[in-house]
Amino acid sequence: MAWVNAIIQGILTGGLYALFACGLSLMFGVMKVVNLAHGDLAVVAGYIAVGVIAVTHMPVLWTIPVVVVLMAIIGYVLQRSVIQGAISRGELTTLIVTFGLSIIIENGLQQFFTANSRGLGVGDSFVTASFSIGSQITIAWLDLGIFVLAVIVLLGLQQYLSLSRYGRLIRAVADDREASQLSGADYRHVFGIAAAIAFGTVAIAGICEGMITTISPTLGTDTILLFAFASVVIGGLGSLWGTLLGGVILGVAQAVGAQINPSWEQLAGYAVFLLVLVIRPQGLVSQGAQ
Amino acid sequence: MTENVATTIRSSEPAFKVTRSRRNVAWSGIGAIAAIVVLFAFPYYVGPGTTGIMVQGLIVLTLASMWNLLAGYAGLVSVGQQAFFGLGAYFVLIPAMHGITPWAGLVIATIGAGVCALPLWWLVARLRLGYFAIATWVLASVVMLVIEQISSIGGGTGEPLPGLTGMQPAVLTAYTYWAALIVAVLAIGGVYFLLRSRVGLVLTAIRDDERAARSSGVRVGLARLLVFVVAAAGCGAAGGVLAIEQLQVVPGTSGGVFSVQWTAEMAFAVIIGGIGTIEGPIVGTVVYMVLQQTLQSYNAWYLIVLGLVAIVIALFARRGLWGTVDERFNIRLFPVGYHLWAPGERRGRKRVPAHAAQ
Repeated sequence: MAWVNAIIQGILTGGLYALFACGLSLMFGVMKVVNLAHGDLAVVAGYIAVGVIAVTHMPVLWTIPVVVVLMAIIGYVLQRSVIQGAISRGELTTLIVTFGLSIIIENGLQQFFTANSRGLGVGDSFVTASFSIGSQITIAWLDLGIFVLAVIVLLGLQQYLSLSRYGRLIRAVADDREASQLSGADYRHVFGIAAAIAFGTVAIAGICEGMITTISPTLGTDTILLFAFASVVIGGLGSLWGTLLGGVILGVAQAVGAQINPSWEQLAGYAVFLLVLVIRPQGLVSQGAQ
Repeated sequence: MTENVATTIRSSEPAFKVTRSRRNVAWSGIGAIAAIVVLFAFPYYVGPGTTGIMVQGLIVLTLASMWNLLAGYAGLVSVGQQAFFGLGAYFVLIPAMHGITPWAGLVIATIGAGVCALPLWWLVARLRLGYFAIATWVLASVVMLVIEQISSIGGGTGEPLPGLTGMQPAVLTAYTYWAALIVAVLAIGGVYFLLRSRVGLVLTAIRDDERAARSSGVRVGLARLLVFVVAAAGCGAAGGVLAIEQLQVVPGTSGGVFSVQWTAEMAFAVIIGGIGTIEGPIVGTVVYMVLQQTLQSYNAWYLIVLGLVAIVIALFARRGLWGTVDERFNIRLFPVGYHLWAPGERRGRKRVPAHAAQ
């Protein structure tokens, strides 16, 4: 039964991974930018939440909308200024710039917050509260809640991209930048919106991470970025449900690995990632070319 | 360092000449040898503190040369070179634990890291630029996680390096410095001669237009594999030097041999100094060392400043410090390109618009 619990836990964690991953996937799909600072943005969001709570003493869940809006604005500004400048100068420059941002953010956080990890308290009762199915399966409310939140966000994003005006613009620019310019779209503005969405979603994910465990300055590149990338590769680019599937598979692989040997948790996930990379590099749910 | 290839276009026309360099580089060759000799003599008249700093600089110089080879000449932006750096350190540690002196271990580290590059290349070879970058990062993480499982070599906490305990500190410092210097000189020399060879020509062709190169029969994949392996070997050697310098090998992502900060340092040094030139990493390493020494007391600030400078240069002075100088004054200390001389044109400061490669 421990296995079933582990697998369920893995599925729930996978939702969070998918939430981390969708921003990375969006930025790559729309702008062809692999944002190496993506993981660090989640950590930044977590620290902003820590700061907001310290100043306003509001409950953690209320910080989510505040931080999301803040991060979305930061994302838009950063995209229109620095990242756009890098995009117009080539892929190498873009990688260097995002890598540079990642290093700056991490070391900056370490300078100001020390290397210690921090948690976002949700109230002890909520963190440990769980319910049971049958006599042997236990599920924590918090984990389930985060999974549901992740699915809602992904669903909302999917609807937004399909139905809203900006969603169509984003898809148009992603498909064919020049053609969309002919139709009057300002692709730089659309890129900014896409970046804002990416920053916003990763902010939600970062705060959730702070709620279930802790965040530390190096978490962004130690695990978050790599897990997000693994989820995207396993699931396949171009489909948010693929990203969810990828995240879930990664989470389950990690949970199963941890059951076999606790120190194999991350390795098990990466093993599946490497397997998919070799056997089916376009991902399990692929829509066209990589 | 010059070769003359006379090509006659028409029988009545004077011949065109193709040389490897614009001006006579015998002077810079002598200069390089003189510089190396001076550097070699350092331990005799410079204190151990300074040689310690020099060792750090030489390690970063080796790494930067390798990263420049990867990104500047082969178009492979790797954010996972710390994997080979760490592997090199362990390839010195493990033989040392079985009685082989670390100095010989350096050779093992170089070869071992190069060999390890082969399966890793197979995993990431097909990936495009951005995916390739993160994938190498993931691979580095995997390598670290695997090594941390092996408790006999220290697991997650690290292991001291045996085999050097008998030496006097001053002698050990000097030997470490010389090892670092030899590795750096071999690294830069290796890159220089690699780029002057056919492989260098192949890399330039790929860099200019990959599709055209392929259609000319160039083995693009093989050339990239070769570069990847050479870069891995170089990083491995540097990692071995670090193991000797620190007298221990600690894995882990914060300050350990598998930390991505090593890649950050080598990448930023290359970007600041000038990507795609052999002199660039040298300039960049000097900048890095200056920053690191001045900001030393402010902990991680030097990386923040280094990152900022790298971003600014990547955006506004893409060719880096040396690249900008080179553009203005056309100086090449390490000529790897070909220059076409119109008939009757003489060597000098005159610009030749049709030079084939950098």
